[in-house]
Amino acid sequence: MGGKRGGRGTDGGTGSIDRNALGIGIATGAYALSFGAISVASGLSVLQTQTLSLFMFTGASQFAFVGVIGTGGGAVIAIVTAMLLGARNSLYALSLGPVLSPKRTAIPITALLTIDESTAMALRYDQSKKASRRAFFATGISVYVFWNIGTLFGSLGASALSDPGILGLDAAIPAGFLALLWPRLTGGSSSDNRKMWALAIMSAAVAMALIPFLRPGLPVLFSALVAVAAALLWGKTSRPIEGE
Amino acid sequence: MWASILIASFGTYAEKLLGYLLPVHMLERESVRRMTGLLPVSLLAALVAVQTFAVDQALAIDARLFGLGVAVIALLLRAPFLVVIIVAAASTAFVRWLGWLP
Repeated sequence: MGGKRGGRGTDGGTGSIDRNALGIGIATGAYALSFGAISVASGLSVLQTQTLSLFMFTGASQFAFVGVIGTGGGAVIAIVTAMLLGARNSLYALSLGPVLSPKRTAIPITALLTIDESTAMALRYDQSKKASRRAFFATGISVYVFWNIGTLFGSLGASALSDPGILGLDAAIPAGFLALLWPRLTGGSSSDNRKMWALAIMSAAVAMALIPFLRPGLPVLFSALVAVAAALLWGKTSRPIEGE
Repeated sequence: MWASILIASFGTYAEKLLGYLLPVHMLERESVRRMTGLLPVSLLAALVAVQTFAVDQALAIDARLFGLGVAVIALLLRAPFLVVIIVAAASTAFVRWLGWLP
């Protein structure tokens, strides 16, 4: 994210902000179709699926939640996994606070709309508070609307099928996680990307090694320890994660 | 199920809210920032592995792995999210239909 700085007017016209926001909304809405379908295939009802998109509204956590439920990991592990993945939203909010300076009454809705896409847009159009705010809310609202519409169509579509497994939806789940992971493996400098690949492969290996010994869901949680170890290890030598 | 959905939704919303209510200098904590950046990579990679290979508490190679391979190719070709997922699902269904992989 944030790599497309050149070739844009210094005022970041509201037209270009709105167009980008709409494009991002449509793209994530298409992705929400698969979330809706996968959620229903994992055993949630259409209404339960929609509740996640309306109130959790953070894609990776939603996918993880239904993924853990679908593989029999149980409620507690599903909740913890979703929250670990959502922890980065705290960090986004923390960095957006001074940029957006929301009024007290606006904080609840600002918080709801704080996701990868809206944060990236707010920080990309950082030439003025006004532009940042517009980028944040235009993107947040656009994604919110399309994400929820996509979820609804996806879940209704999947619940109309007799056996979602026949469409290969079980393979759509890891593909979805991989698509979420991919930008984090390829978006940085080449030395950062190498570190991220190493971290990803280690984490995957740890989780796989633990599958036979732990109940479903727990191997994924244990892989979080690899991230903790990497943060401690790399913290001493360099700073692999830079902000925008 | 409903209870866990509501708790998880409230929890992830509270995480967002927390960031606006905490003092800004928390951000200066380099270790906090680094760990939060690395966590999604670990968790998502683990989720990819588990959802591809796990059958309850056993490891198995089946048509899902083929679908994941096709997803990788789609990602390398810079396909959009939905295309990645559709080709992964369709190719998995296809090799199953052919009877090559369970």
